Amino acid sequence: MSVLTGLGRPSRLRTGLGFAGGALLLFAVAPAVLDDFRLNLLAKYLCLAMVAVGIGLAWGRGGLLTLGQGVFFGLGGYAMAMHLKLADAGPGQMPDFMQLYGQLDELPWWWKPFENPAFALAATVLLPMAVAFVLGWVVFRRRVRGAYFAILSQALAAAMVIFLVGQQGTTGGTNGLTDIQGFFGYDLADPVNKETVYFVVAACLLVLLAIVRQLMQSRYGELLVAVRDAEERVRFLGYDPAKVKLTAYVVAAGMAGLAGALFVPAVGIISPALIGVVPSIEFVIGVAVGGRATLLGPIAGAVAVAWAKTALSERFPGTWTYLQGALFVVVVAFLPGGLATIFAWLRGRRATPRVSTVVDGPAARPVEEGVPS
Amino acid sequence: MSGLTIRGLTVSFDGFVAVDGVDLDVPPGDLRFLIGPNGAGKTTLVDAVTGLVKATGSARFGETELLGREVHRIARLGVGRTFQTATVFEELSVLQNLDIAAGSGRSALGLLRRRRGVPDDVARALETIGLTGRLDDLAGTLAHGQKQWLEIGMLLVQDARLLLLDEPVAGMSHEERDATGELLHQIALERTVVVIEHDMDFLRRYARTVTVLHAGKVLSEGTVAEVQADQRVQEVYLGHSTSTEGAA
Repeated sequence: MSVLTGLGRPSRLRTGLGFAGGALLLFAVAPAVLDDFRLNLLAKYLCLAMVAVGIGLAWGRGGLLTLGQGVFFGLGGYAMAMHLKLADAGPGQMPDFMQLYGQLDELPWWWKPFENPAFALAATVLLPMAVAFVLGWVVFRRRVRGAYFAILSQALAAAMVIFLVGQQGTTGGTNGLTDIQGFFGYDLADPVNKETVYFVVAACLLVLLAIVRQLMQSRYGELLVAVRDAEERVRFLGYDPAKVKLTAYVVAAGMAGLAGALFVPAVGIISPALIGVVPSIEFVIGVAVGGRATLLGPIAGAVAVAWAKTALSERFPGTWTYLQGALFVVVVAFLPGGLATIFAWLRGRRATPRVSTVVDGPAARPVEEGVPS
Repeated sequence: MSGLTIRGLTVSFDGFVAVDGVDLDVPPGDLRFLIGPNGAGKTTLVDAVTGLVKATGSARFGETELLGREVHRIARLGVGRTFQTATVFEELSVLQNLDIAAGSGRSALGLLRRRRGVPDDVARALETIGLTGRLDDLAGTLAHGQKQWLEIGMLLVQDARLLLLDEPVAGMSHEERDATGELLHQIALERTVVVIEHDMDFLRRYARTVTVLHAGKVLSEGTVAEVQADQRVQEVYLGHSTSTEGAA
């Protein structure tokens, strides 16, 4: 089974065991062996992994090299942070940074709905999905693809950062929305609550994983791979490839939005530097390293790269960027399918190669009932 | 069954007229071969009928006008085509290729479910194209000829009523060509088939009717014997080749 397809169908039992194992690892082992600080870091990595799961679907299976997932991550993150800042400030009050800059007499109109927790929560996912829908509809209908799509998506990330920095009075500018204290009434300074945030992140990641798994193994997932590999051919079979791609893009955007929303309580900040061009590319690097077309590869890659970044930055500040670049080059050059290739290769060596001994062809067997109608 | 009726079909690219006012009638159930020298406009004609390039004039399948519709809408009307280079989804299995071809009418909800087993129409097509034994193999691992059969199988499960095949036997061995010819005869019992082909030997054996295109225009039309006897055809096309020509 090709690494770029990975459409092998493990049994229900194996899938169930896999999810149980993952849950055990995330909910029992990790909290037991990691201290509060490391567990909090893991929560941050798992948020990045949630973005990666979506990229795995859109890029790995759909061929949409999206270099702008930071936009959707940011939309989710800002939607959440706006609500939390308003909650921190208390009813009728403006967030601290608005009072500090002193340019505003009252809360801007577009901040007001975010006072409502239900609206804010829904917006963290639906807002990115809506933006992706509008953008994707225009772009895919016009058959923009390949490098042009990648550049366009990256330009969007750059544009969003410029907008946020330019609107300092209402968005916090370069600083972003910082110093978030509470999460729906819980004090984020309390380690117990921090641990709860970690559990929420881990649970959400497992849910997203289950969703993407279903999408990949459904008929839609097969169709998505077909669109990736031969879009025109799919068109001649009576499908509109734009809709197929749009679905993957919108789902990936929603996942990035949820990731951004959970990133805020886990890390306590959202800022332009966390959602711009560079972080957007880093999302993609993690996915590429792990194996973009596999289910678990993007998660493994995202967590590994984020962990390596922290670990190496602690010891060798300044060298990480070079190492990250080198890692990307090595993977792209020698393991185009990512580290998951190695596992597939190991599995392939154990399995016996399949050799077809059947003599094939339309004439190999008389057709009795004629051509099906 | 429906036939294909083309009137005054014209395709031009930046002033170059590739198809120049072609009239063509393919009656229901015909097995029509479309031949002509390189650049005669054969593939462009098929491109126009299937919506890939813009054209003026009229191309009707049964009563339905095809020109001006989007590619995937034309496909849903029952017009299927193959390409000169076999285009299958190499990273997907034979079964998945056929299942996708069969599914353009599926609901969004149906698409989100997994496929269970082998759908009946897919099983029949597998039987017809003789690839039942390769069900789970990746399409990319098939031999060249088998990929072309798979493409034809995809048109069958897509339930195309009009099949436009662009050089379906290019690169095939003699045995494979014979098998393909028989298959086309089978298919033409219930569907209308148009084949673009360069292989004269194949044409003589399997064509029911032939249309010769030259420089974007219809040069001659009729049975194989009639067309071969046509002086103009011999001049522009058959004249310089009495034996088998084309991809051997």
